Amino acid sequence: MASAPDVVITGLGATTPLGGDVDSTWKSALAGRSGVRTMDNDWAVKYEIPVAFAGTLAVPAADILTRPETRKMDPSAQYATIAAREAWAHAGSPDVAPERLGAVVGSGIGGVWTILSAWDTIREKGARRALPMTVPMLMPNSPAANISIEFGAKAGAHAPVSACASGAEAIAYGAQMIRSGRADVVIAGGTEAAVHPMPISSFAAMKALSTRNDDPAGASRPYDVTRDGFVLGEGAGIVILESAAHAAARGATVLAHVSGFGMTSDAHHIAAPEPTGVGQTGAMRTALADADLTARDVVHVNAHATSTPVGDMIEARGIRSLFGADADHVVLSATKSMMGHLLGAAGAVETILTVLALRDHVAPPTINVTQPDPQLDLDLVRDTPRALPAGPIAAINNSFGFGGHNVALVLTSA
Amino acid sequence: MAFSEQEILAGLAEIVSEETGLPTDSVLPEKSFTDDLDIDSLSMMTIVTLAEEKFGVRIPDDEVKNLSSVADVVKFIAGAQAA
Repeated sequence: MASAPDVVITGLGATTPLGGDVDSTWKSALAGRSGVRTMDNDWAVKYEIPVAFAGTLAVPAADILTRPETRKMDPSAQYATIAAREAWAHAGSPDVAPERLGAVVGSGIGGVWTILSAWDTIREKGARRALPMTVPMLMPNSPAANISIEFGAKAGAHAPVSACASGAEAIAYGAQMIRSGRADVVIAGGTEAAVHPMPISSFAAMKALSTRNDDPAGASRPYDVTRDGFVLGEGAGIVILESAAHAAARGATVLAHVSGFGMTSDAHHIAAPEPTGVGQTGAMRTALADADLTARDVVHVNAHATSTPVGDMIEARGIRSLFGADADHVVLSATKSMMGHLLGAAGAVETILTVLALRDHVAPPTINVTQPDPQLDLDLVRDTPRALPAGPIAAINNSFGFGGHNVALVLTSA
Repeated sequence: MAFSEQEILAGLAEIVSEETGLPTDSVLPEKSFTDDLDIDSLSMMTIVTLAEEKFGVRIPDDEVKNLSSVADVVKFIAGAQAA
């Protein structure tokens, strides 16, 4: 039997708190800037929300899309569409048969703005004021569906919903579509638009969010002893996945290889990570095995590291226990320090940052770490970027989600 | 207060333009929503819902299928608010 096709990445697109596209996001990340800001609205005071800041988009979607586009898509689908258009153009608008093109776009929460404003309208004005586009806008498969319609993707449109692992799971699923022969090209990634009083209040009620209102840019501080929770962010990241043969046939530039992925579940608790990190380690281990690599081949990890007191160290211990002495050769970046936590988009945007780290042989910094947790037994890239070794290199991107979803992607340089 | 047919046309054109991106001056009385303006049934229902709110009238679902042109909607709203 012929071996499964090699999966490569040929295009990147993003809109994030750090920039309205991939290039500006990457430049800001390397510069160690923060995209976390105090929100310029009255929610926090009006509703007594303990958190007044978030990683809001650097470039509002309304500045990029047409007015009818913003009316017909929930912000979650708007962000995904912006990222998909950039990624598709970046890949050189691949000439692919519609039946061989897939779309896989995950989201943690879906169309929260649409669902809540529709309910407000119905309560205040009655059922006759419900708009007919409400359901097509709020459904969590809406971003995937909109993208499949726009780009004519007929091989299948899928929408993984696995909380903060959704974006990474979408990329793994897209890679699987190519490996299994269902598609030659897949538009894959994640999106989230949950900077809204309801999710913020609810995450705050879990004590999951930082409440450092007097220092928003310094609030996300993974691995710092004073870390007090994550910072909610929003955005989207989309990659163009392609079989290596398809990319070679059209002369496309390969940015990186999706060499392996691992997906496990903790089967432990609906919100807390399993304390030994065995599920997370299992995802990394199976991803490495899938890539036919060993821990020694990995030089860089973009950690999930949300800046919660408990979560960060479970992952770090997992990396050390899996890699053993080889973890001495790994540099760790926690890019949520700059963007906040993009929930369902996080895994996709962080995959993009990992691809760029491999392409440019440089690991982005982790900001806001002034007192590293003494238990951190790994080489954390702090404040300024760090050069990665020349030649072929491999990296891991980790994404974990509420419910115990663990996804690890192994990416290798082009 | 009652709106004149001219005011209804202008207000309707604004709603259609927001929904579709068409310029307001392309929303002329003789235009057909489906044939000329390329408006699908979901968008048509959205326009009807927003027009009901804007002009304080009720456009029964059974009536919408009879309203094929911009002028049809303007006349219906004008008549409904007079009633």
